[in-house]
Amino acid sequence: MNFEVTNMIFALPEMFMLGMACAILLVVAYLGEKGTNIVYRLSQLTLAITALLIYRSLGESGITFDGTYIKDGFSDVLKMAVMLINIVVLLYSTSYLKSRNLFKGEYYVLAIFSTLGMMIMISAAHFLTLYLGLELMSLCMYAMVAMHRDSKLATEAAMKYFILGAIASGMLLYGMSIIYGATGSLDLATIAATIQAGGLDNTVLSFGLVFLVIGIGFKLGAVPFHMWLPDVYHGAPTAVTLFIATAPKIAAFAMAIRILVDGLGDVHQYWQGMLIMLSVLSMIIGNVVAIAQTNLKRMLAYSTISHVGFILLGVLSGSQEGYAAAMFYALVYTLMSLGSFGMIILLSRQGFEADTIDDYKGLSQRNPWYALMMLILMFSMAGIPPLVGFYAKLTVIKSIIDINLISVAIIAVLMSVIGAFYYLRIIKVMYFDKPKQSEPLEAPAEMRVMISVNALSVLALGLFPGALLAVCASVFY
Amino acid sequence: MIALSDFLILGALLFSLSVAGIFINRKNIIILLMCIELMLLAVNLNFIAFSHYSGDIAGQIFVFFILTVAAAEAAIGLAILVVLFRNMHTINVADLNKLKG
Repeated sequence: MNFEVTNMIFALPEMFMLGMACAILLVVAYLGEKGTNIVYRLSQLTLAITALLIYRSLGESGITFDGTYIKDGFSDVLKMAVMLINIVVLLYSTSYLKSRNLFKGEYYVLAIFSTLGMMIMISAAHFLTLYLGLELMSLCMYAMVAMHRDSKLATEAAMKYFILGAIASGMLLYGMSIIYGATGSLDLATIAATIQAGGLDNTVLSFGLVFLVIGIGFKLGAVPFHMWLPDVYHGAPTAVTLFIATAPKIAAFAMAIRILVDGLGDVHQYWQGMLIMLSVLSMIIGNVVAIAQTNLKRMLAYSTISHVGFILLGVLSGSQEGYAAAMFYALVYTLMSLGSFGMIILLSRQGFEADTIDDYKGLSQRNPWYALMMLILMFSMAGIPPLVGFYAKLTVIKSIIDINLISVAIIAVLMSVIGAFYYLRIIKVMYFDKPKQSEPLEAPAEMRVMISVNALSVLALGLFPGALLAVCASVFY
Repeated sequence: MIALSDFLILGALLFSLSVAGIFINRKNIIILLMCIELMLLAVNLNFIAFSHYSGDIAGQIFVFFILTVAAAEAAIGLAILVVLFRNMHTINVADLNKLKG
């Protein structure tokens, strides 16, 4: 085995982040609660420098650590997105944590370790790294949900999240063990080569595949494996919901692509049918149940489920265009979700969570600018041009039509029309109802600026989607 | 001589037992945690059997990692359970009904 020093340079961002995460942990241990501000700054710095390291190494690609770690265009783009999103997440959540007496170093340590898990997942070229990255990410998130120790809702959500997450890992592992048995390797490239060479028992392969798809479905939150999602989004403190609802979706998408496309791309016909079922059910259940919600966090959870359905549409198409469309959708969805949960944090203050739809009554009279930002985000989620959500939906539906799944495309369009109803209801409540309260916003200036930038970037990407689309397309050709 | 299929059937039985335990059990969260452990052990059995019969060592290495992660997972699960018990004074599955999924 040749273990050259030059190889390790590919994993420099991860190694830097691991070092910093340990250093931050020490700072938390020594300084305690009075050091939280330092911890916050250090975490932001870590994410920013890691983003810089990834940026500097763009274009290089290769496999290292004995075939367990891959660095390619796909991993670079997604890791970059994860870093940028998490910088904004930490910025938003800090103002929430400060006003709730939750401003403790643990949140940042767990967030950084979880981000490290996501990076490992995105760069996994081997079942082992995939599993370890997934667990590092998930274990940190279980703990984060339970961080609000005195809240019954938060601890119940944490328990449900933990149990369903552990079942998902178990299913995924069982699938991995069957695939290992069938192909004799844990390495995704070797698995792909063995399947391509032929002569394998397809029954065994598809048996393992079922479990892998269940595991991926659980982690993404696709129906019928979505039960945890509304409860966790609702029960967790909004700062944690914001974290869970954004970057981990990118990592889960990367996991789906690594397993299904990189590893099992040649048995595409087996997993396509399963994904069609998951995707159609997600779009239907997500959109229909969201209509009945009165809690905004729950509503956004069901909307997440429906968006996951759309992301899966792109993956199941099995074409390069489809994968690129799904990646574009995942990135755009994360940006919109970041803005919407950020808006909940912006409007909330101590003792008032701003998480029911009624709390948004008459927002345009209280604060016309943020009502406009919310309007942009909701229109984009609904998929109304010229906002970026429209292009995301357009590209995935186009990739489905290209492979002649017209009926699925029709369901997708119908469901996005139904979905528009509950997004528009929020806009109606903001602009046409009488305000229930008149307190001014308490959020700090940096958060106000960032949320405006966030919403306006949704508009800007909608006007000029070409660059991001080109980036997504370039990593798959 | 024990055949590979015997190990796989045992693994599958243990796995089904744990899944059934998770979905049928309506009483105690600790039993849920035990079922999750059993699930991972069933997977380990699969990995070791495949690894032994194919002569490839990677599967056995994977098992070490799964065991370690399972320990970490149990630690976090029990910690959440302690917090839950302090808030709710019960570890009954049916009492976890504040949030309706």
